[in-house]
Amino acid sequence: MDQILAAEAGSTTARNLTITLFLIFVAVTLAITIWASRQTKTATDFYAGGRSFSGFQNGMAIGGDYMSAASFLGIAGLIALYGYDGFLYSIGFLVAWLVALLLVAELLRNSGRYTMADVLAFRMRQRPVRTAAAVSTITVSIFYLLAQMVGAGALVALLLGIKPGTTFLGMDADAAKIATIILVGALMIIYVTVGGMKGTTYVQIVKAFLLMGGAVIMTLLVLAKYKFNLSSLLGDAAASSGKGAAFLEPGLRYGVEVAGNSTQTFYNKMDLLSLGIALVLGTAGLPHILIRFYTVPTAKAARKSVLWAIGIIGTFYLLTLALGFGAAALVGGEAITAQDRAGNTAAPQLAQVLGVDFLGGDLGGATLLAIIAAVAFATILAVVAGLTLASSSSLAHDFYANVLKKGEASERQEVRVARISALVIGAVSIALSIFAQNLNVAFLVALAFAVAASGNLPAILYSLFWKRFNTSGAVWAIYGGLLAAVVLVFFSPVVSGAPTAMFPDHDWQWFPLSNPGLISIPFGFLCGWIGTLISKERDDEKYAELEVRALTGAGAH
Amino acid sequence: MSTDTPAPAASTPDRYLAVQRSDEFAGLRRALRGFVFPMTVAFFLWYALYVILSAYARDFMGTKLFGNINVALIFGLLQFVSTFLIAWLYSRHADRKIDPVADRIRDEIGEVTHGSDPRG
Repeated sequence: MDQILAAEAGSTTARNLTITLFLIFVAVTLAITIWASRQTKTATDFYAGGRSFSGFQNGMAIGGDYMSAASFLGIAGLIALYGYDGFLYSIGFLVAWLVALLLVAELLRNSGRYTMADVLAFRMRQRPVRTAAAVSTITVSIFYLLAQMVGAGALVALLLGIKPGTTFLGMDADAAKIATIILVGALMIIYVTVGGMKGTTYVQIVKAFLLMGGAVIMTLLVLAKYKFNLSSLLGDAAASSGKGAAFLEPGLRYGVEVAGNSTQTFYNKMDLLSLGIALVLGTAGLPHILIRFYTVPTAKAARKSVLWAIGIIGTFYLLTLALGFGAAALVGGEAITAQDRAGNTAAPQLAQVLGVDFLGGDLGGATLLAIIAAVAFATILAVVAGLTLASSSSLAHDFYANVLKKGEASERQEVRVARISALVIGAVSIALSIFAQNLNVAFLVALAFAVAASGNLPAILYSLFWKRFNTSGAVWAIYGGLLAAVVLVFFSPVVSGAPTAMFPDHDWQWFPLSNPGLISIPFGFLCGWIGTLISKERDDEKYAELEVRALTGAGAH
Repeated sequence: MSTDTPAPAASTPDRYLAVQRSDEFAGLRRALRGFVFPMTVAFFLWYALYVILSAYARDFMGTKLFGNINVALIFGLLQFVSTFLIAWLYSRHADRKIDPVADRIRDEIGEVTHGSDPRG
């Protein structure tokens, strides 16, 4: 009885502390946002933070933009429950940065201005290409945004310890979810409309430091517990998972071998390859990542930011390895699935266990839990702000200014429309997230990556490197890749025809893979190629201008 | 205001065509593509090998090397090492072989770049 009371007191302390820390984060970031708004006067300030960030600052902001709750909570949870297979995600997410570093970042920085479409439409007819790019930017960003917001809603009940039958401020778990989605949405709208790119960037930098700090502390505690012997940590994790050595090998989650069903085994393995290719090719097509390269003054600074980003992101994913296996060993799979079937609470639960051990008693556990829970919310906020900015920039700069107004809008009008767009996109996302609360978060992220890799990346690479590429090719590549990804997912086991599907009671599934990348990415490249060849348009002079500007930085904004 | 064709009057499309056809620019393009294309193929194949082994060579990946450390873990960590290494190699290559040429050609084109913030 005493123990239960103590645990209850601990959870109340944790809840109050989480809320306090979160409010401090919100207060600090809002202060930064208001400060940033005073520095935001021109369109370049709003869209690109005045291009005044250093390579290091932008590298940290990229880390803050990229390391989403799906990375922090999702990958740690996957490793905690399925062992090695969670690590596959980290590797794909990291290696992907080489595509951005080697092929995209600097050339995009030199030849574009505010959005991804600036580069795609450089030598094309503006209206069709910008429309296509805006459609795909907003599609990718909204899927990703929904994933983050639904994730935030799902986490709040767990992180604040609102159990079925209990209430918090008069709200039960469901009401608290909706309240969280609205709160997160309102904050991201404020960051973006008030602070623009400057405010958003600083929010992301602060978050990157908090997240790294939290992950480093927890990793050190886990390793200290095992006297810095990785092998004994792994051994303990494998033992308490109940799966033995298989826990440390690929195959528990992806590419599962189904005994006696060679067809299913084949599909599972193809699915693993498909996931692998989508992860590695998706990053360099994510609009909210691409626009970050415009916040630095030169291509050299863009390169430096990617190098810093690779450093911080790589380090972070190495830490998640310790967090995931640490959670498996110290919390245990059963305790994790009892809280959340997908394992999203593995990292906070690990924090609690470590706190009890190292800080002493339930209070210590509650303290560390609260810190990590607050970091998780900060993580979500920084990512959704970046996504809202990317989609509102595209709506204002690509669609409003260049398609509707044919390039005749004034800078002031454009920025005003961008702010209104952020408000509208934020409001739409809040509404969609409330309806989409039961959607699988991983599914939304995978879809965003697949669309980015299938629709955006082919168009970007062809634009930068292929002289013959033209309007028709760009439009075909974007719509072809986008449609292929969306249609294949719609007919995949993720949506129907499987017990874990979105509609488990219906079955219109015919595409056997959960991730469409293996088919939709080559299809996007093929569409871009065919679309180019069936059109006679070809502008060697414009390509000369693009290539010279992209490679040398001449005439860069 | 919002279109992306701010090419100053001094640099007509002809100017860019002439630069693009110059030997110096061809050298710059070679220095860039000669590094990034083979490197992209290399890291992609190396990553693909890792994913394919994870799918099809489970016994090999599960081989224990020392303690509980198996091939799969080492292979995964090597992907981190290769990523860091390629990033470092590229940055060195760009500093030495790309930036000086790009700067020279840009100066020749004679345009002032915006926001030349020294903090880059």
